[in-house]
Amino acid sequence: MTATIPAGTPMATGPNEPRGQRPKPFFTPRKIILYSVLVVFSLYYLFPLYVMLTTSLKSMPEIRFGNIFALPTAPSFEAWAKAWSSACTGLNCNGLAPGFWNSVKITIPSTVVSIFIAAVNGYALVNWRFKFSEVFFAILIFGSFIPYQVMLYPLVMITRELGIFGSLQAVILIHTIFGMPILTLLFRNYFASLPQELFKAARVDGAGFWRIFFEIMLPMSLPIFVVALILQITGIWNDFLFGVVFAGNVNYPMTVQLNNIVNSAQGTPEYNVNMAATVLTGLVPLIVYFVSGKWFVRGVAAGAVKG
Amino acid sequence: MADTALPLEAGAEKANRPGLLQRIFINNLPAKIAALPMMATVLVVFVGCTIWTIYYSFTNSKLLPTGKLVGFDQYERLFATSRWNVSVWNLVAYGAMSLVFTLVIGFILAVLIDQKIRFESAFRTIMLYPFALSFIVTGLVWQWIMNPTLGLQGTLRGLGWTGFTFDWIANPRMVLFALLIAGLWHGTGFCMVLMLAGLRGVDEEVWKAARIDGIPTWRTYVSIVIPMMRGVLVTAVVIIGSGIVRLYDLVVALTNGGPGISSEVPAKYVFNYMFSGGNIGQGLAGATMMLLTVLIIMIPWAYLEFGGKGRRT
Repeated sequence: MTATIPAGTPMATGPNEPRGQRPKPFFTPRKIILYSVLVVFSLYYLFPLYVMLTTSLKSMPEIRFGNIFALPTAPSFEAWAKAWSSACTGLNCNGLAPGFWNSVKITIPSTVVSIFIAAVNGYALVNWRFKFSEVFFAILIFGSFIPYQVMLYPLVMITRELGIFGSLQAVILIHTIFGMPILTLLFRNYFASLPQELFKAARVDGAGFWRIFFEIMLPMSLPIFVVALILQITGIWNDFLFGVVFAGNVNYPMTVQLNNIVNSAQGTPEYNVNMAATVLTGLVPLIVYFVSGKWFVRGVAAGAVKG
Repeated sequence: MADTALPLEAGAEKANRPGLLQRIFINNLPAKIAALPMMATVLVVFVGCTIWTIYYSFTNSKLLPTGKLVGFDQYERLFATSRWNVSVWNLVAYGAMSLVFTLVIGFILAVLIDQKIRFESAFRTIMLYPFALSFIVTGLVWQWIMNPTLGLQGTLRGLGWTGFTFDWIANPRMVLFALLIAGLWHGTGFCMVLMLAGLRGVDEEVWKAARIDGIPTWRTYVSIVIPMMRGVLVTAVVIIGSGIVRLYDLVVALTNGGPGISSEVPAKYVFNYMFSGGNIGQGLAGATMMLLTVLIIMIPWAYLEFGGKGRRT
């Protein structure tokens, strides 16, 4: 648990610290420094969020003549509406909405497929080992560190051969492939932590590979599913590279469209619309983050291997 | 465990030990079918595609990946191209700074958070949320903040500090620092979470013992706690390192390689040559160099982690 009690800190006197012995004054120099440093860092982390939100609610004249710290004088969601439905990416002016739906169409199947495949993989690796299974797994994990650029072009050729290049299926396939190492690791470790007796008892009772998986293993693995779900939803939603390469113009996910809206050179930039679009794109992962709380941290810690 | 496949093999052992083919293809069939996607990924993508890329990096492929082997020509051209050399240099400079600062800031934040502070979870939430956002979002926000006319610089000048300069994003000599600010914003929270887990894994007794011996706090961190966190630190270095080699989205969103070519990175060079430059051989050679870089990071790590002691994952 909490390991560090640096010298000079009053020892805690129980779960309700403040009510214990005479409380040390809160404003010791040490504490002031501690909290000031934390607050300064927090400002660094919060500032962009603040800027995104306030800018998106301002009008263009206000942005041009005001300053970046100021709150919007007459907050309006006009820029949000425009970002959503009529901002221009190159030639089309349909806003981010199509990108949003593309991202949804990519994220949901990619997440479901990749998690299912990884769960089965992990289960087979733990409970039904076969010749070379560990070798395959080792290469899988090692492979996850290979930069994507190394495998990108051959994958383009493969998807082209399969006739799915430039479609949602291609992106889904790619996400499934590159999600596999970390998710398999996750499920493998989880299934290895379950009591083996359960599996053996089911075997004795004559249950086979799939029956044990669906009736015993799956119902027990809800926690790891949540972690995998968070990892995949945020990871896939935030992807840019695979979307750009494999999705094709019509199917660009939200991140790609956002970048096209903001970084397209034509016209006078509308910073409020740009920032509204940025907020909109960040909304889904942010909601996942705030709703899932501790689970997200677990996912992050587990997903550490993916980098 | 492993013995699930045993009865079959043991039974058949006497008459004819199951042939290699049977052991590879027939035994434990459902598991093999279930693991087919994994095996296909390993063989086709991780092994196959990598070998393909390396092979074709030695050809003179232009628009299409065909052509004859030309030895190290592509590599010679690569290292004669200023854009590639700038990219590599940028990656080295950015990577070194990013690695050091991410680790140091992550560690400091973890230590601060670990001081039994109030609002711990609020601080943690604030520090980690950027990590949930994509590099594209990160890049675009910071692009706006660092906008020389309307961003921080313009604002502070408007407020009367007319000499204030913060034009890193438009300044070829400073643009890497602009990248660094955004990169640190995105990644330090994650590093903090890792480090915090490491700190909390250090036994309380260690601290008590150190205090009894009268060792100052900072000394305890430097000589006892940090060495004890070796595992976490190594993991962090490997993750941050392989992330740096991949650096792409952030550059695209924040600077798009500019001004000029002053913030180009290898991943972007590779991408441009493969998909818009019409010179695939160059792209593949660049990609192979990226692979080499990662191997240089990975192999010592893999050796330390899995080579020395018993093999465990």
